[in-house]
Amino acid sequence: MVQEFVNKLIRGIFMEAEKIGREVKFMDVCGTHEDTINRGGIRPLLPKNVKIFAGPGCPVCITPVEDIVAMMEIAKRRDMIITTFGDMYRIPTPMGSFADFRARGYDVRVVYSIYDAYKIAMKNKKMVVHFSPGFETTTAPTAGMLEEVWNKGVENFKIYSVHRLTPPAVEFLIQQGSIFDGLITPGHVSAIIGVKGWKYITEKYSVPQVISGFEPEDVLLSIYMLLKMLNDEEISIKNEYERVVKYEGNPVAQKSIEEFFEVRDAKWRALGTIPKSGLYLKSKYEYLDIRSHVDVEVPHLPDLERGCRCGEVLRGLILPQECPLFAKVCTPQNPIGPCMVSYEGTCQIFYKYGSLLG
Amino acid sequence: MGCNIVLMCLAIPGKVMKIRGSVALVDYGGVIKEARIDFVPDVKEGDYVIVHTGFAIEKMDEKAAKRSIEAWNEVLGDI
Repeated sequence: MVQEFVNKLIRGIFMEAEKIGREVKFMDVCGTHEDTINRGGIRPLLPKNVKIFAGPGCPVCITPVEDIVAMMEIAKRRDMIITTFGDMYRIPTPMGSFADFRARGYDVRVVYSIYDAYKIAMKNKKMVVHFSPGFETTTAPTAGMLEEVWNKGVENFKIYSVHRLTPPAVEFLIQQGSIFDGLITPGHVSAIIGVKGWKYITEKYSVPQVISGFEPEDVLLSIYMLLKMLNDEEISIKNEYERVVKYEGNPVAQKSIEEFFEVRDAKWRALGTIPKSGLYLKSKYEYLDIRSHVDVEVPHLPDLERGCRCGEVLRGLILPQECPLFAKVCTPQNPIGPCMVSYEGTCQIFYKYGSLLG
Repeated sequence: MGCNIVLMCLAIPGKVMKIRGSVALVDYGGVIKEARIDFVPDVKEGDYVIVHTGFAIEKMDEKAAKRSIEAWNEVLGDI
């Protein structure tokens, strides 16, 4: 049944691609989609005129170096435990990574969830600061945990928010001139913000979208649906991942995010400042923000090492193998740029699956 | 008929085993871990949930998962 379905799907994709008769380019903006595409060997399977590019789908890749360095400077001034996610821990900066910082004797711990960081705070008298990256899907857990911290009056748990919003980044890429014929829209971001959170991109920029799940079949079906929309001259947003994503998204999570955070312009590493794309704690809740307790100034630092093309990879302009450093000097063991560190980074995913076919 | 796809789709999320306040024990095919359920207030034991960084972000609609097979075939028509 599965095989039959997949065969039918691939036949459909080839038929629609032939009908279009020109090269089309789709973009995904989610590291997990990129993983599915590589794991499922989808790129080499597609007709030659259907190309998929990866956008800025890796939150730790785009976390500004200045914020990572500021977090380390804060920890030098006050005794604390820093917690963060495993991929954030290894992201390089000109002043070293959190892993290097730990090697110098500071207490940095890798957690799977902000809930684990909270549990560390419950067991310690020391201040615990969670360095908190992530898109909407990760911001919701942060807001949920802050709700408990706030309600219980927990004094030794703070965060450093580097949360970012996904739709403004897609809008920014379009305005900057990245051209694509359709968007493979991230399913789990959509679980939070809903179909309605993405609708304006289609309405304002005439970009067809399909909200997609994470099995190879989901992504193939989404590609088929995008091709069909192009052939039918239909510009709309469809939801392939109906088993999880609702039109309204998750209102409880949205309410929690809105309660604690406000939207401001924010820097994305290797992309620049994107309007209304960063989530910062509201002044009402600044007590929960480590930056309101310890103030540090960090000079502007270079985003990337010389030669690293992570910025172009994040914009969907090139695929990793077009970077001269890729897999030669830059490997997961010795990453030069952030795209090679994270399991959601396009370069790391391409390296892992050896996806050198186009 | 279609079961393999349904099972595969349900393999990503975990099944809620026990609920204690705002924390649930979730079974990911044998590996059991805690997950916060703050954002799925109506979740029940036996439901499937999508868990991201330790928080259930949405329930997986089993009926919709089954329906989606039919919907997929409908989208594809007679290819």
